[in-house]
Amino acid sequence: MPEPILDVQDLSYSFKTYGGEVEAVRGVSFNVFPGEVVGIVGESGCGKSVSAQCALRLNPEPPGFRKGGRLLYKGEDVFGKTEREMRDMRGTEIGFVFQDPMTYLNPTMKIGAQVEEVFVGRPGVSRKDAKRRSAEMLRLVGISDVERRSNQYPHELSGGMKQRVMIAMALVGGPSLIIADEPTTSLDVTIEAQILELLDGLRKKLGTSIVIITHDLGVIAKMCDRVYVMYGGKVVESGPVEDIFYRTAHPYTAGLLGSIARLETECADELKAIEGTPPDLFSPPPGCPFAARCDYAMRVCYERPAPGYDLGGGHASSCWLRHEYAAPVELRSPCAPGTVA
Amino acid sequence: MGRYIAKRIVISLATLFVLVTVVFALVRLMPGDPFSSEKITPQIRQNLERYYGFDKPILQQYVIYIGQLAKGDLGYSMKYANATVNDIIAKAFPYSADLGLRALAIAVSVGLTLGIVSALNRKKPIDAVCVVVAMIGTSIPDFIMGYVLQYFFGIRWGLLPIAQYKGFAYTVLPSIGLGFYTLALVSRLMRSSMLEVVQQDYIKTAMAKGASRFRIVWKHMIRNAILPIVTILGPITASVLTGTFVIESIFAIPGMGKFYVTSVQSLDYTLVLGMTVFFGAFLVSANFIVDILYGIIDPRIRVSRR
Repeated sequence: MPEPILDVQDLSYSFKTYGGEVEAVRGVSFNVFPGEVVGIVGESGCGKSVSAQCALRLNPEPPGFRKGGRLLYKGEDVFGKTEREMRDMRGTEIGFVFQDPMTYLNPTMKIGAQVEEVFVGRPGVSRKDAKRRSAEMLRLVGISDVERRSNQYPHELSGGMKQRVMIAMALVGGPSLIIADEPTTSLDVTIEAQILELLDGLRKKLGTSIVIITHDLGVIAKMCDRVYVMYGGKVVESGPVEDIFYRTAHPYTAGLLGSIARLETECADELKAIEGTPPDLFSPPPGCPFAARCDYAMRVCYERPAPGYDLGGGHASSCWLRHEYAAPVELRSPCAPGTVA
Repeated sequence: MGRYIAKRIVISLATLFVLVTVVFALVRLMPGDPFSSEKITPQIRQNLERYYGFDKPILQQYVIYIGQLAKGDLGYSMKYANATVNDIIAKAFPYSADLGLRALAIAVSVGLTLGIVSALNRKKPIDAVCVVVAMIGTSIPDFIMGYVLQYFFGIRWGLLPIAQYKGFAYTVLPSIGLGFYTLALVSRLMRSSMLEVVQQDYIKTAMAKGASRFRIVWKHMIRNAILPIVTILGPITASVLTGTFVIESIFAIPGMGKFYVTSVQSLDYTLVLGMTVFFGAFLVSANFIVDILYGIIDPRIRVSRR
């Protein structure tokens, strides 16, 4: 087994606010191997972005602080690094593609300059080199007429174009890992397909590992090798894509799969929503975070967090239903791909 | 851009025209006339009125005035013997402009610096100091500020001269007195603007690219945070220039303020009108320059006006 490029071990990360401490990430573990595409899926506020941004320490500190656990990048503890060392890592070791290209690009800076900025202050890269490599990367991500585009400002580009620029920015420094935080959420569906194809093509061409953060299981199915399902600041289920979709082992995952709108089945007229709201991270429940919304919840679910049960083949689930004494149940997700003929 | 500028010039001229018309009417509506306070015989009075053209119908006077104005001639003052309004302005304006520009320079440079420093050190002692300075500046009126400065720096500590305008040392106190309010305003605005920009998503992008702290502050924060400041530069110029009246009289500076105020009191029609037109033209062009400047700094505006 090769060394994982990103290895998150039992990471807890909180934010201090006036109202108290928000425990955004509560003991999350995940890893990414070279060349792999890993998906992190979950609804808004489940801690997926916060844990991913820990990889480059992009969370504002204060109010954010690491409460426990480690985050290793290529075997080195990221939280042990100095600000200077972090800066050397950002952009060149890990590239970040953000959610909304409308707000994540500086409105008063030209596109070309924004991409070239990755090279500013890096020893051994001349201005001319930076310009050439940026132009090359912009071409690679499918920007036509790079000369002209480089001299334009973000507002002169369409949303899809801007997201391509974001991707170019993330890739131009030649990182080994790209973290794409909801890369297609703010784009319309046709553009989404193009952007995903672009990311996949670039991965094959450049051999970069990718972490995709999303709440869209369609994106996961299209792109990922392995998936982590997060809920309430914890990973509730993880495993290869096939296992997550076809051998679903956590009621929350089943609920997610059930809430996909599907046209071709008898469920088309009824969209299954998961009842209730996510847990309050100011005072997270002592047991399973999903217990309050779970159809299968038992008493133990409210009292103690479930351990991660290894289901074989890298598939793991933190659900008391996997305990050897639990009654065997069939998770209902009538419209999930696994149960539809 | 060329069309935009042409359009703005036409609008500016129209603004001035309206200004002249309104002020012309208002001055004439005031009770009394320039000669009513002087003890003169009716005969002399008639001569004076004929000399200045007051015997003609008012509309005709207006047309004549506009005609002169178009040639740049603001006419003779009615109170200062043998002095044209142009002469008076030419003599007094350099003092006011000098004072105004110094005050503006201090206000903008120090104000921006304070705003930036306090935003970057939010909730630290230095931020509190800046906020207090800004609060003092916005709450103390300039005539009190002027006397306070004179008292401490001039009389108590004897550091700087407190009156007249004859060299650099003389300019310091009036410039500070005049610029302090604006300084406070600029620093407050810059602080809040910076605090807003700090939270913008593109700052995180810049961080993720590995940009240095200095670069993030300089290239990403300040450039975007300064936009609202540029917008208020026009009105700020206006307030600083009109503020000179008070400061000039406190520090006995022979600028335009004194002439302007006395001209209104003594109903010196031509001088009131001339100075108003002059100030108006000055402010209109200041706003015009600010608009152009704004387009240069914020590319989004440049495009929508093309």
